[in-house]
Amino acid sequence: MVFDIAFFVLAVIIVGAALAVVILKDVFRAALSLVMLFFTIAGIYITLHADFLAVVQVLVYVGAISILIIVAIMLTHDARQGSTSGKLRIPAIIVGLLLLGMLVFTVVTTKWQLNNTPPLEPTTAAIGMKLFGEGGFLLPVEISAILLLAAVLGAIVLIREK
Amino acid sequence: MTLLEQFQLWLASMWPDWAAYITPAIVGILVIIIFVLTMVMVIIYFERRFMARFQIRLGPNRCGPEGILQPIADAIKVLFKEDIVPAKGDKLVHWIAPIVVFVPILMIFAVVPIHKGAILVDLNVGIVYVVAISSLSTVGIYMAGWAANNKYALISALRTIAQMVSYELPVVLSILGVVLMVGSLSMNQIVDSQSIPFILLQPLGFIIFFLGTLAEMNRCPFDLLEAESEIIAGYHIEYSGMKFALFYLGEYGHAVAYSCIITTLFLSGWRGPLLPPIIWFLIKIMVVFALIVWIRSTIPRLRVDQLMAFAWKCMLPMAVINLFIVAAEVLWLPEVFPWIMIAVNFAFACALVLLWSKLFVLGGGRVEV
Repeated sequence: MVFDIAFFVLAVIIVGAALAVVILKDVFRAALSLVMLFFTIAGIYITLHADFLAVVQVLVYVGAISILIIVAIMLTHDARQGSTSGKLRIPAIIVGLLLLGMLVFTVVTTKWQLNNTPPLEPTTAAIGMKLFGEGGFLLPVEISAILLLAAVLGAIVLIREK
Repeated sequence: MTLLEQFQLWLASMWPDWAAYITPAIVGILVIIIFVLTMVMVIIYFERRFMARFQIRLGPNRCGPEGILQPIADAIKVLFKEDIVPAKGDKLVHWIAPIVVFVPILMIFAVVPIHKGAILVDLNVGIVYVVAISSLSTVGIYMAGWAANNKYALISALRTIAQMVSYELPVVLSILGVVLMVGSLSMNQIVDSQSIPFILLQPLGFIIFFLGTLAEMNRCPFDLLEAESEIIAGYHIEYSGMKFALFYLGEYGHAVAYSCIITTLFLSGWRGPLLPPIIWFLIKIMVVFALIVWIRSTIPRLRVDQLMAFAWKCMLPMAVINLFIVAAEVLWLPEVFPWIMIAVNFAFACALVLLWSKLFVLGGGRVEV
């Protein structure tokens, strides 16, 4: 009951913030509504009893990625003039609506398996065991770490002056 | 079971469900707000008087006995000031920014245990929650810097981001050392497992965490984002009245919050002999804050390049080494001899700090790279 109300309130905020990201002319305000979107998604995770995921969502998306986006806006010329309307506006709307329709259709028609077991209470240890324990995803985790390192090194090599 | 849950059970026996559900939450939030506001008043007065002693002057002593009413007089004065909004700024963002700075700081206090069971919510991801929530205020500072449409504010906002991103890494790595020893992220369990305060078991972790949080709460010598001599007042240059008061409150609220977190992580929280726990907790907060004021009145402000070099070349490698040492000790040293661990860790801390102080000479007008 409480979770239902919370879900609908959060859902309205999320959809509103997502629309604001696309519609707003002011790029900085659009980035801020993206931050709000990330933060409210953490709220959805809390209603799903995924506390660790919620905290990490705030830490990574609000604390790091949004900052990166804002710095990118800072380094853009003419950020104060806002986003100008491009020629591809109509095709973008069509593609977006098609994608939305496809996703809604899939979500509605899929038969979701419902599980009656109560959610795990401290999820942190379970996630840790899955990632680093035996029979877990240790190799993918390490490969992704090396990939990220390679990406960082590549970026440094690209921007380095001769 | 926390005190609030007991309160809720007691209410549920007489009141309808929804009232018994909501009332303890409201009471808890009110208690937190009152605690934060009083603590902020106390530490503002304390800082002004204490720093005055360092500078061989008296400090505010006219308003009330020994000047204790000075913070109240200042608050009233600030509240009556005119609220000025820059004409070419972003008015909505300018209005929201102080709230975005202040609210996360209040939210940190939700997981600070000030007594056995006296915690608003005992999250089992407590300490990660603190790190996540405190990264939110950065966005608020950035919003303030942008909305003012002022180049000094913008420079300050950029500095904030560079500083926060750099210092978050060593802070989180030194928290990991504590979490390794406790085996849990919950703030209650962190306090429960400290029969010996972690400042003795991990002196290096304490130093790194303390300096990192000094940078995160923008205190001297890391207060580059409001360096008066370079960029006037930084991000809150265009703020006045109530909104400025919120920033001021947020700054000192941050100091109180991190004093509480340092107390909980490294000084064994509310635990202590003889005196009641709440008194121990307050004493430890004041000691940590006194240390912060001492550093502020002793060390001059760093330059930007020195600040970044200090984070990436000094604190980050030391934090990684500290994490390795603690992990090895947790794995291989038997828990029955904590004194061996204390001796080993103190030796490591002294050796590393001496080594790094030889490697990097910050000062003399140049940085060794």
